[in-house]
Amino acid sequence: MRTRPTRQKRHATLLATLIALALFAASCSSDGGDTDTAGCDPLPLKTEGVLTVATGEPVYPPWMGVGDDNFDNLEAGTGYEGALVYALADEMDLTVEWMRTGFDEAIAPGAKDWDFNIQQFSITEDREEVVDFSDGYYSVDMALVAYPDNEAASATSLDDLKSLRIGAALGTTALTYVDDVIQPDNDAPVYDDNAALLASFDAGQLDAIVVDLPTAYYNTAVSIPDAVIVAVLPEAGDQQELGMLFEDGSPLVACVNTALDTLRSNGSLDEFEEEYLQQGGSIPTLSN
Amino acid sequence: MDSGSDRVGAREEEAGADSVAPPRAGPSMFFRQEGAKAASIAVVSSIVVFGGAIALVASSPNWPKVRDQFFNPENFRESAPKIIEGFWLNLELFFYAMLIIPVVALLVAIMRSLRGPAFFPLRFLARLYTDVFRGIPLILLILLLGFGVPALDLPGIPNSVTFWGLAALTISYSAYTAEIYRSGIDAVPESQRSSALAIGLTQWQSMRYAILPQAVRNVVPALMNTVVSLQKDVALISILGIREAVRNAQIYTAGTYNYTSYVVATLLFLAISIPLTRFVDWYTARDRAQRSQGQM
Repeated sequence: MRTRPTRQKRHATLLATLIALALFAASCSSDGGDTDTAGCDPLPLKTEGVLTVATGEPVYPPWMGVGDDNFDNLEAGTGYEGALVYALADEMDLTVEWMRTGFDEAIAPGAKDWDFNIQQFSITEDREEVVDFSDGYYSVDMALVAYPDNEAASATSLDDLKSLRIGAALGTTALTYVDDVIQPDNDAPVYDDNAALLASFDAGQLDAIVVDLPTAYYNTAVSIPDAVIVAVLPEAGDQQELGMLFEDGSPLVACVNTALDTLRSNGSLDEFEEEYLQQGGSIPTLSN
Repeated sequence: MDSGSDRVGAREEEAGADSVAPPRAGPSMFFRQEGAKAASIAVVSSIVVFGGAIALVASSPNWPKVRDQFFNPENFRESAPKIIEGFWLNLELFFYAMLIIPVVALLVAIMRSLRGPAFFPLRFLARLYTDVFRGIPLILLILLLGFGVPALDLPGIPNSVTFWGLAALTISYSAYTAEIYRSGIDAVPESQRSSALAIGLTQWQSMRYAILPQAVRNVVPALMNTVVSLQKDVALISILGIREAVRNAQIYTAGTYNYTSYVVATLLFLAISIPLTRFVDWYTARDRAQRSQGQM
């Protein structure tokens, strides 16, 4: 058994951590950290003057293709990610060229024929060993969605969810959340994508589903209007930032991060968030 | 060596007519040399082909990265327990499917082989069944039954994905298997049926005692082939959210972007399907040997 650190020791550790953090922050601000933009003129692109962006097929609102008759329309530049891509291209003085990839294709090893891939990839340490991510462009909360007459709709804590059948889609942060944080008594069912997840939910095979909050807003408004967002799930860990995915060692990451910083500081990101991701009303948060 | 020297003698008689007789080493010795030569050629060509392939892969600039992503011992250990746990589910479903499919398929095949106008509706139904369910891609059938039927919300109809996944597998594979049985039934000579009827058996009895035993024996290799195929296709039900071996491997890959878990799942499937295939080959060979002995 490990002995507990004494109070003094813990204070000392805390102090050391703070000093280390301060030093780290200082070193970041002095040399610019990861945003080394020396290699950005000319931009290291697959095709000169063109930002080749890959995404999934189909794409879903509120991330892309928002608006009547705009479903799966990438060129519309609507939705949070759609607007972001065109704003980034604008910032770097490029035109946008779209490509479609599956999830497995996006993360497979080897050279890619696109500059970056954007489809709500969450940034995790494990993944970062294999690919590169931009800085996070959105930090997502997880939401629990259920039909009002289901037991799940009256849950007040995570413990209430353990005995239920809760689904999530493959490769999403939601799945990691269900498996690692909720830890249901029986293995949670896992679907190819959100469409299959909703089909199963609609067929009455699930008590509840976990998706990111923006997707939950969209689903409960459009695809499953009878269902409600029961709660926002309490934060767990720091793995809920979405980032653009680059092939490992891509020199373009720093350039895109610079453009992203500009969009963050000039309020564009907030604008996109307000337009596409925020809905009125307040939703309770479950206790841990 | 006896038969060898006999044949040498025979060759000598033949060769006697030729003015230039080739130097005699004896055919058996020639074949033995040929055997050694063949073996060494096989070894050399294997080294060249497989060694070349390995060298080609290992020399690729991306190989260290691919090795880490597909053959990483650490990821292997980490992902294996969950995948093995899921594989038990594959085996369980495979087992149930194996119990149901032969029975359903045989019924359909018999229905299709019935003679006489009175049985037209049965024949029609059987043909409709095989046409429709062989025509639908298995993956669509799984989705339609797994998500579609429960969505109807009919009282008394189960909504378990495992139930409907198994149902889809059984329905589709029964359609194929029924056709295999039917080809076996059709291959039994017509005279067998007439003889059976002639000695006073009813249509059912002639089917049961004369036709089917021969028909089934005819098609055992083809049936076993279907078994091997079924064993792998069980993994398709993962699209219903069922966490079997392949789905658990996908989950691991999605979380880590490491593909070693797919190799783990591949090895598990091979561990079942290779012995199964070997068994089919052995059984087929034995059956052929027995039959040719029977004919002698």
